[in-house]
Amino acid sequence: MRLPGWVCGLALLCAGAMYTGLAGAIDASPPLSDPQLQQRYYELTHELRCMQCQSEALADSSVSLAADLRLQVRELLLAGQSDDQIRDHMVARYGEFILFRPRMTWRNAWLWAAPALLMGIGLLVGWRIVRGRARLSDSDESDANGESLDP
Amino acid sequence: MNRFVLPLAAFALLLVVLLVGLKRAPEKNNLPSPLIGKSAPQFTLPNLFDNTQPLSSEALKGHWSLVNVWGTWCVECRAEHAALLQIKQQGQVPIIGIDWKDTDEDALAWLAQLGDPYARVGTDHDGRVAIDWGVYGAPESFLISPAGTVVYKHIGAMTPQVWERDFLPRISDTIGKPVTPGAPASAPAATGPGA
Repeated sequence: MRLPGWVCGLALLCAGAMYTGLAGAIDASPPLSDPQLQQRYYELTHELRCMQCQSEALADSSVSLAADLRLQVRELLLAGQSDDQIRDHMVARYGEFILFRPRMTWRNAWLWAAPALLMGIGLLVGWRIVRGRARLSDSDESDANGESLDP
Repeated sequence: MNRFVLPLAAFALLLVVLLVGLKRAPEKNNLPSPLIGKSAPQFTLPNLFDNTQPLSSEALKGHWSLVNVWGTWCVECRAEHAALLQIKQQGQVPIIGIDWKDTDEDALAWLAQLGDPYARVGTDHDGRVAIDWGVYGAPESFLISPAGTVVYKHIGAMTPQVWERDFLPRISDTIGKPVTPGAPASAPAATGPGA
């Protein structure tokens, strides 16, 4: 049996509405009264990892540990801690892995430098190849001239 | 032929780098803890068996201890329970339990049914202490030195193999003698014969 198109459309629409409803319900806590704090809360919970689900941010995760950690972020914000202090608080417990945006340290500096380094090597190699070809075609021409003159 | 040598060598080098990276990457479920080598987080928790005597981190001082984070909702915890009972029987290291996000009724029923491997159990109802310990998946087990330092952490079920391979050698290495005087001599010789 084939369903008429409008039924499918309606079903999709309902599914979409339900999905957004769910997405909104993950962080059920009321917004902080200070809009500036709320903004920082929003940003922090989106850049801290849920350690249990690992590819989700705290803000997007429905597991109870994420809820506990969101609560902790909220409390630390209300206690007047800075974003960096809160990040440090989490890193001290869970390690750098909890940060979605890794920090630059001497240990991982080479990783940050690698793209520029590889790009430099690529440019150097490319330049040498182009220069080699240019020289080759020069000599080819002279060779060809020489050959054509020969007989 | 010669012009293939350099690109091939570069490719081989890249392969080696990537393989080493893959091999050395920490397992998703066994991330290194930043607490290793630091002193164990301070805490005070209600005592599951005695409301008048809270369990605090002071209970970890002066002897080796195994801190085990568990919960009755945790399937793996049921799997590791026999191993914990065995460790208790060996009598070398007291096990301090942290009952994570659980109800006292469930915890008491669980221990009555499966046996109680713990010297003491603190109840972490709201999960704050677990966060201080960097816990993200029960069961987790921490080895704490007599000075109160976190020496080792195991994520996932404790097994006799894990205990003998990862925990016991660390205990004997550091002090070189049996952990508690008067511990049963029948315990495995992992404490080191010459010690």
